[in-house]
Amino acid sequence: MNMLIYLIPIALFMGAMGLGAFLWSLRSGQYDDLQGAAWRILAEDDTDQPKP
Amino acid sequence: MSCCGVNAEGVLALNSVSISAEEIALASHPLGEGLQQLDLSIPDVHCGECIVTIETALLRLPYVRKARVNLTSRRVSCVYSEHTPDGPIDPAGIIEAINATGYRANLLAQADSQSEKNKNQLLLAVGVSGFAAANIMLLSVSVWSGADAATRDMFHWISAMIAAPALIYAGRFFFRSAWNALRRGRTNMDVPISLAVTLSYAVSLWETMHHGEHAWFDATVSLLFFLLIGRTLDHIMRDKARSAINGLARLAPRGALLVSADGSRRYVAVEEVKVGDEIAIAAGDRIPVDGTVFGGESDLDLSIVTGESRPVSVSDGAEVSSGAMNLTGALLVRATRLARNSLLAEIMALMEAAEGGRARYRLIADRAASLYSPVVHILALTSFLAWGFLGGDWKHAMLIAVAVLIITCPCALGLAVPVVQVVAAGELFRKGVMVKDGSALERLAEIDTVAFDKTGTLTLGSPRLVNIQATNDSDLATAVALAVHSRHPLSQALVRSSSSAHSIFDRVRETAGGGLEAFSGDDVYRLGSAAFACGQSHGASGSDNPLTEVVLSKNGATLAHFFFDDTLRPGALETVSRLQSTSFQIVMVSGDRQSVVNRTARALGLDRALGALTPKQKVEEIARLSEGGHRVLMVGDGINDAPALAAAHVSMAPSTASDVGRQAADLVFFSDRLDIVPQAIHVARQSARLIRQNFALAIGYNVLAVPIAIAGYATPLIAAIAMSTSSLIVVANALRLSRLAAVTAAPWKSTPAVAYEANPI
Repeated sequence: MNMLIYLIPIALFMGAMGLGAFLWSLRSGQYDDLQGAAWRILAEDDTDQPKP
Repeated sequence: MSCCGVNAEGVLALNSVSISAEEIALASHPLGEGLQQLDLSIPDVHCGECIVTIETALLRLPYVRKARVNLTSRRVSCVYSEHTPDGPIDPAGIIEAINATGYRANLLAQADSQSEKNKNQLLLAVGVSGFAAANIMLLSVSVWSGADAATRDMFHWISAMIAAPALIYAGRFFFRSAWNALRRGRTNMDVPISLAVTLSYAVSLWETMHHGEHAWFDATVSLLFFLLIGRTLDHIMRDKARSAINGLARLAPRGALLVSADGSRRYVAVEEVKVGDEIAIAAGDRIPVDGTVFGGESDLDLSIVTGESRPVSVSDGAEVSSGAMNLTGALLVRATRLARNSLLAEIMALMEAAEGGRARYRLIADRAASLYSPVVHILALTSFLAWGFLGGDWKHAMLIAVAVLIITCPCALGLAVPVVQVVAAGELFRKGVMVKDGSALERLAEIDTVAFDKTGTLTLGSPRLVNIQATNDSDLATAVALAVHSRHPLSQALVRSSSSAHSIFDRVRETAGGGLEAFSGDDVYRLGSAAFACGQSHGASGSDNPLTEVVLSKNGATLAHFFFDDTLRPGALETVSRLQSTSFQIVMVSGDRQSVVNRTARALGLDRALGALTPKQKVEEIARLSEGGHRVLMVGDGINDAPALAAAHVSMAPSTASDVGRQAADLVFFSDRLDIVPQAIHVARQSARLIRQNFALAIGYNVLAVPIAIAGYATPLIAAIAMSTSSLIVVANALRLSRLAAVTAAPWKSTPAVAYEANPI
């Protein structure tokens, strides 16, 4: 049962990583345009790069 | 890419919509360092090719720094610099660049950032509760698999520590709404949800402290998780509808061209116009504020203001009201009222006075909750007292009572309504109908009477050539050749009726309020009202004639008469006959002249058609119907319809409606065809049926599960299985809607469009 001391924090840490990734993707606007993102992956080159 | 074809209507509309650089400057917001951000709505963008086309076209402009299309909200956000090394730039180029690729671009009203924030908060709460639910479930499964003694206690403690912050963070939406309802002495679905969640957490914590066997942390958190998903979907659906409606072109002007005492002209926001200010209005612009004409002559299109379908000519001294479209000549107008006191403001006051179905209506979920929650709470209390007095073990009695609360917790009930409404709204969205909120669907399912406005709703509000009396075949060609020089709607209708139009005249002059005059050698051709064309008053064109007449003359002698009528909206005839055959009562309420109204009513086979109504009379007519026990759907578009739209039980407006009309309506349809109205009613009725079925399923599940809980056999494992099964069943039932709606709506689509009247040309 001693291994629980490692396993539970590991499980929680992995869960928290997932949550953190979700929060990051939400904050960086990745859910703003779900349909557009699906199409953009097919576009030949990125048109949204700012001009130099 | 063929899917990128933009409809002809859209391209035609480009000609009449012009957005000035000043208006764009008003709509942009500065980012600092000379950069401006401009958000535009592009209603036609719909695929990857569109994104690339628009972004490439915009980035090709030297002053555009960044352009990004958002396909979901059909917008483009464009960052540009105000100054280039070559001097200041004209931001109208951005719109022109988009138009040149074949898309329409509209300026957006002030972006609604509050709703975006709410959406993100809901998504965050879903994430947090999902994380908590997954981890607690992991620990609970270990407990159910046989972890005991110290291990079980530890698992329970960890669960409690994960659940507490999740509960406070993700549950606040429910707690807040429940508290608001209770404070007003009402209940809604969130009251039993909040109570079950808090009580089960408290009892589980107490159990954990006393080394108990059963803890309900998993049920508590997964309940929140499920319900938050439903709530988030609901929010996203309304957001999508609202952003689509906000993306439509604003019809009311944002600003006015002020003429100063020294003759210089300056563009100011419409709110800054004072009484007595002199404003210049070019042909093709809308009148920004109420005023009196003191210079120039023109024709005004009042269709959106009063419902009058025939243009009205104005000259010195005429009163003009805000929202009217100036058609033919430039006007100078002296403002007589401030923008906030103008006609529009009166309409707003009328709208507030006309308290509609929206304010009185109680959501079906709340009505169910007001029956449901007392029953559940009394049941839990009775089990508690019965087990306590009969068994004597009050701790066990408390556990039983909490089991009853959790088992009956309206997880399925909480999902029963929103999931169906989200699916229904998605179905309608695909058909081109935006639903502003779920209650609109519930109300739409209840109606038995439909009131239609005429101009702009049953008809398109654009004239069509229906009859010619000509001595010579070439007269039509002559008239068309003249008409190409004017943007008067009658002239444009003439041009549309002929395939070829080339000018054969040396010189053409347009007289506002009269018509066109052209010189070809020694001959003078005139096209316009009978009085103008023949140079004398003409008896035949009395104002009571439902058809609008245009006369072509050569050197004062009449060559041909052209008669115009308003075009029926496609599908109007089927809509009326379908609604009549399904025993809806139909009335037409119009602000147009009675003779025109009667003609349209005859063409559609309507018995009740009321003409020459003021906005107030429309409201009174709706109120009279409501008092007679009818539930009225109002379909209208004009400024004058807005109070009636607000007064009706539920209301619909086409996307071409006035700004205030679109705001007042519960549903906005983007389709040109009117038969979207019965289709929307059909979907609403189907969804009402599914909601009732879902309630029956949820209650049926409770009838089965509650005895188990009262008998004391409900363990957290049983509760978890029962709850998720009932939720899944309800969701699966809701998903049937798209199939039901598609099956029954199909025959309607296949009906060919019936022509209003055979075109005699």
